[in-house]
Amino acid sequence: MMLGLRQSDLAKEVGISPSYLNLIEHNRRRIGGKLLVDLARKLEVEASLLAEGAEAALLEDLREAAAGFGAGKVDLTRIDEFAGRFPGWAQLLVERHRRVGELERIVETLTDRMTHDPFLSASLHEVLSTVTAIRSTAAILSDTADLDHDWQVRFHRNLRDESHRLTESAQALVSYLDDNSGSADRQSSPREEVEAFLQARDFHIPELEGRPGNVEALIASGVELTTSAARDMARRYLARYAQDAQALPLESFAEAVPRLNADPGRLAQHFGTDPGTVFRRLATLPEDRMPTRVGLVICDGSGTLTFRRPLPGFALPRFGAACALWPLYQALSQPTAQIRAVVEQPARPPQRFLTYALCQPLQGAGFGAPQVYESAMLILPDQMDTSERAYPVGTSCRICPRGDCPARREPSILSAGI
Amino acid sequence: MGRNVLLIEDEPNIIEAIRFILSRDGWSVQTHSDGRNAFDAVRTRKPDLVILDVMLPGRSGFEILHDIRADAETQTLPVLMLTAKGQTKDREMATKLGVDRFMSKPFSNADVLAAVRELAGS
Repeated sequence: MMLGLRQSDLAKEVGISPSYLNLIEHNRRRIGGKLLVDLARKLEVEASLLAEGAEAALLEDLREAAAGFGAGKVDLTRIDEFAGRFPGWAQLLVERHRRVGELERIVETLTDRMTHDPFLSASLHEVLSTVTAIRSTAAILSDTADLDHDWQVRFHRNLRDESHRLTESAQALVSYLDDNSGSADRQSSPREEVEAFLQARDFHIPELEGRPGNVEALIASGVELTTSAARDMARRYLARYAQDAQALPLESFAEAVPRLNADPGRLAQHFGTDPGTVFRRLATLPEDRMPTRVGLVICDGSGTLTFRRPLPGFALPRFGAACALWPLYQALSQPTAQIRAVVEQPARPPQRFLTYALCQPLQGAGFGAPQVYESAMLILPDQMDTSERAYPVGTSCRICPRGDCPARREPSILSAGI
Repeated sequence: MGRNVLLIEDEPNIIEAIRFILSRDGWSVQTHSDGRNAFDAVRTRKPDLVILDVMLPGRSGFEILHDIRADAETQTLPVLMLTAKGQTKDREMATKLGVDRFMSKPFSNADVLAAVRELAGS
């Protein structure tokens, strides 16, 4: 420092902490007004000169951000004017630029991991080698008109061996990808944590049946809930669970379900409640009290899935939005309409399901406020009544093989339709 | 040009299929499966054309190709390279090392045959 002044003394004299002064000195904090004038006076320099250092650093960062954007698109001659007139926006731009750099590095690391994962690479090599042998051998068998018997036997045996090998390597690949996606080191979202919490309990919480249970104790015992966001979401879910359990008590509800053929409309009528509550209640009964397994998905007005109880065979998307053809979304566009539809998912063989869907307004928005809706879809295994028309649906576009779909929003990563 | 092919590949059933196709087309096919002494095999057997897999036990097809091109005796020997990794990276690498043709697995028999005929004709 100039003037033989110690940093701590200077800080004291202008009334700030030494560490704050340190940040200012290294252009990590932008200052102005009285503090700038005070500092300039103590240091016996012009205030504008003092501000210049920080300005220069910001300009340098801005130039760097502009450099990656392509020449000619940014008017660099007016960069001083920009930083001077909009210092906050300029700082934001610089920080966003830094963040983009960080994220690019993360993407690079992940891409590297995909490309260089030795097991993945070896498995794919194995699959391709086997497919090559099978293709070549099959072509010889089918295209060679006068293939003698010994060769025929030999190539048939090769074909059998290679197809066994292909089965094994394909299975190894699938189980590797499955394991990998389920591993603990994967970053999970709060919603996924809540789902794991509920899945571990088969979606049934005996502590909340028939009495006002201790939600906080339940959450504290949930090892799956690692973040406060997840605990908060679980808290809201469990509070609703407790309400539903009071409206439809376990014993009488479970007794009525098989009698009314698990029809949510008839159950709602019988208990004098809304079908939405019945949907949720059906998805929380213990499995031994249900005549059939059920799945349930709930989405908000934006179509984002907010709850998912999977039903084996009915594929739910792991990320992002689901198939726009789901009755769940048909219901969203016609609130309070009670929809019943048989749908078919494109598996081999195609899987049929009976669905009930309903969109209801959520309480609490009040007059004059935007109406908030929630749509829910109950999924049951189809009773195999083939006389009823089944609507073709998918899971989500990326993994859907259906060609020529009016609801398609992006191409499928699967090559051909089935 | 003679009709002797040396097939350097370690998958027995691919060897058998390629050998069958080429033999029926009038080629005499010798095979070799170990990467470590594959270059020695090229020198002693003096084939008219080499079909070379990239992933071999012991030594990669790239290294063997490098040796083939570095040796005055085998410098101009036509080489058809096979790989189960059809990435641009591998293709570029093979081109840089002086490969004549490059094919990704799985290939069709007709493609292999056409490539071999073409290389022999040139």
